Amino acid sequence: MTGPLAQEMTELLTAAFAPTHLEVINDSAKHRGHSGDDGSGESHFTVAIESAAFAGKSRLERQRMVNAALGDIPGNRVHALAIRAFAPGQA
Amino acid sequence: MSDVNQRISDIVQGNDVVLFMKGTPLFPQCGFSSRAIAILDHCNAQYETVDVLQDMEIRQGIKSFSDWPTIPQLYVGGEFVGGSDIMMEMYEAGELQQMLNERAQAS
Repeated sequence: MTGPLAQEMTELLTAAFAPTHLEVINDSAKHRGHSGDDGSGESHFTVAIESAAFAGKSRLERQRMVNAALGDIPGNRVHALAIRAFAPGQA
Repeated sequence: MSDVNQRISDIVQGNDVVLFMKGTPLFPQCGFSSRAIAILDHCNAQYETVDVLQDMEIRQGIKSFSDWPTIPQLYVGGEFVGGSDIMMEMYEAGELQQMLNERAQAS
């Protein structure tokens, strides 16, 4: 089951980076009842993304690009977001 | 510069290695902060921490100061390094240890 936030993140990242690989993994069930679990079932995510857009970018730049593409989602609408962003052949 | 930006600037300039986190090293209040502490301890780093849960002004201010939406945040030598994902990647590559060693020698 893909929730609305996972769907929105997938669409935003696909539009921004035309990724060659993209996983939006919902880790929320592992954190049920912890701080940050808002009961939505969409509080904790991992994003794994591979895109040519990340070639030649530093780790900081790659994460900033992903955070920027996701707008107000990281830290606000999603409590916890782990990001692994790589260029093809880099991971 | 606003007061909170000045406060944060003083903290990052005044400490070689400082982690803005939720909770304390002994009692981290978030999985990512816990992971960041574990990484620094693995590197045998000397570091200061700031518990953003005890200071709402810094909790909000650090996000715009660093242009980074989440906590924890690591600063080394006054420079923003990143959050726990970047710390883990750098740790696995040996780069974090190297950065911390160089900082410890420089100070």
